[in-house]
Amino acid sequence: MNMGSFTQQFLQQIINGLSLGSIYSLIALGYTMIYGIIKLINFAHGDIYMLGAFIGFVATTKFQMSFLPALILAMVGAGLAGIIIERIAYRPMRNAPRIAVLITAIGVSFFLEYTMILIATPQPRTFPAVFSPTVYHFAGLVVNNQQILILVSALLLMAGLTYIVNHTKAGQAMRAVSFDPDAARLMGINIDRIISMTFALGSALAAAAGVLVGIYYNSIDPLMGTMPGLKAFIAAVVGGIGILPGAMMGGLIMGLVEAMVSGFFSSTFRDAAAFAILIIILLYKPSGLLGKNVKEKV
Amino acid sequence: MKAWKKAASAIGVAAVMTSLFTGCGAGGGSKKAADAKEIVVGAHFELTGNVANYGKSTMSGVQMAIDEANAKGGVLGKKIKMVTGDNKSEPSEAGNTATKLITKDKAVVLIGPATSGCVAASIPIATGNKVPLMAPVATAPNITLQKDGKVQPFVFRACFIDPFQGKIMATFASKTLKVKNIAVFFDSSSDYSKGLAEVFGKTVEGAGGKIVAKEAFLAKDVDFKAALTKLKASNPDALYVPAYYEEVSKIIKQAREVGMNCPILGSDGWDSPKLAEIAGKAALNNTYFCSAYSAQDKDPKIQNFIKAYKAKFNAEPDNFSIHGYDAALVVLEAIKRAGSTDGVKIAEEIAKMKDFPVATGKFTVDPQHNPVSGGIIIELKDGVQTFKEKINL
Repeated sequence: MNMGSFTQQFLQQIINGLSLGSIYSLIALGYTMIYGIIKLINFAHGDIYMLGAFIGFVATTKFQMSFLPALILAMVGAGLAGIIIERIAYRPMRNAPRIAVLITAIGVSFFLEYTMILIATPQPRTFPAVFSPTVYHFAGLVVNNQQILILVSALLLMAGLTYIVNHTKAGQAMRAVSFDPDAARLMGINIDRIISMTFALGSALAAAAGVLVGIYYNSIDPLMGTMPGLKAFIAAVVGGIGILPGAMMGGLIMGLVEAMVSGFFSSTFRDAAAFAILIIILLYKPSGLLGKNVKEKV
Repeated sequence: MKAWKKAASAIGVAAVMTSLFTGCGAGGGSKKAADAKEIVVGAHFELTGNVANYGKSTMSGVQMAIDEANAKGGVLGKKIKMVTGDNKSEPSEAGNTATKLITKDKAVVLIGPATSGCVAASIPIATGNKVPLMAPVATAPNITLQKDGKVQPFVFRACFIDPFQGKIMATFASKTLKVKNIAVFFDSSSDYSKGLAEVFGKTVEGAGGKIVAKEAFLAKDVDFKAALTKLKASNPDALYVPAYYEEVSKIIKQAREVGMNCPILGSDGWDSPKLAEIAGKAALNNTYFCSAYSAQDKDPKIQNFIKAYKAKFNAEPDNFSIHGYDAALVVLEAIKRAGSTDGVKIAEEIAKMKDFPVATGKFTVDPQHNPVSGGIIIELKDGVQTFKEKINL
């Protein structure tokens, strides 16, 4: 392989990695927000992503919606689902030991997966092509409009989320609850409502990722959320769980590492590499790349 | 003490079983007289349960061959009687069904089951009773072989085994497409895919070609772009993807998106309408897969079969029914050649079968009791399966 083709391949793998990574980022944000606010690893989050993809599928096939309305509908639908799940499954467990809530989350995950199998059958569905793929070539690199769509949508959504969290009253309340729920409650913040809102926002982002993936890969199925859910969880941990920019960064790192490993080593090592990152981070920087070392108060 | 008890109870069970079977035999005395006028063929299939479709389709083919033989006056001057046995798609039931067909119905030969698992469960019964078993569509390579690698003397099959497809595709690639440098992308979580990739690679290299790159993926993966970009960098003339349609459809779509426009070759796991839906019709142009049967095959024998099948069952025949038909033709011919209904003689005749004309081509049995048949290459044109050519090895 000469130098020119190496650089070209390298750049191409960066493009592949960024589009995959921005999907991970979107899902990881939900993980991190929910962890930040109620210290719960919401293992059902990957299935919310699946749910979003299916809502988008129904919207585009049954109701002939175009991309944007379908995306918004999926985000709203998944947001509501997030609120309902929190209300029914997690809120009654608010004061239960953390491990109990974690097990509940796994239960919710299975419930969503297999209910969807019951409704939609395990057969993969073909996502309608709302964007006919156009391929752009420049300098030997190949980019298609779906990759650009994924990246741009992901960036816009992340910017929107950052704005909500940092510059609105609700966002301020979220940060307050995340910092110290009891003090926040004393300040007159309705914690339950803020937690519901966090679930809604996180779920909406996952749903957006689901719809984008549906368009990108053309195919969705009820178990599609399992692996991306795990990868996004790793992404959130790598970036520092509970930290929004960390989740975005972690997602992109995961996407790039996977593309590079499959591109320059072997695609069979790809998943191993993803989990190896998790182990390395947990060993050397357990609070994540952007995490600060917070002493646990006893 | 305990072992002694076990042995005693085993003997007891065996005694009961023997008395049951001899009971059946004695009860069938009147049947024996009927046997003189007809030859009983046991159709041992998955008629209910989760793969009932396979069993029913295959059995329709068997039925058709037997009806045709009877219309021509039967075999050895006797009518052929098909007795069905339902194994409920369960390997645990298959043994019982085989026992019933052989001991109670006095089947001289078994055709079926369809799935390899049920075949494997029926082998000890068929072998123990010296009754030949012809599996029309079971593809697992090991069913015709004993544990020590010797061939099962009473077990045969009528369809090609998985690795055989790899050979067919490799022959097609080097002889028809005339491609030299081929990249292989296979599913490392599936024996089917790994086996095909290996045989394909060996055959290609034997024919003077070269495997320029080999990459693996895992079932359920959705993003293949990174690996495909890498494969593309090796500048292959063709890409071989022996896998199932769910992943293949995404691989083809993404391969075209990263700019791989070379022919893409595959295996019978591609055969699904989903392939065109997910990959998109345009991406599927210049792709080929291997199959045992195509309704578009212009071969008059196949067209006649299709016509007769439609007239009889008012349905389209599939890969299963045509192999059921072939299996029955071979079995009936073997009975004719053996000149008797003795299982050992019938098995010998099947094993000697060479260039016997059946619907899918010429039937020759190799030393492993697998047919040396041809395969069909199907080309996808605008998402439609079109018959490309028939490859005989």
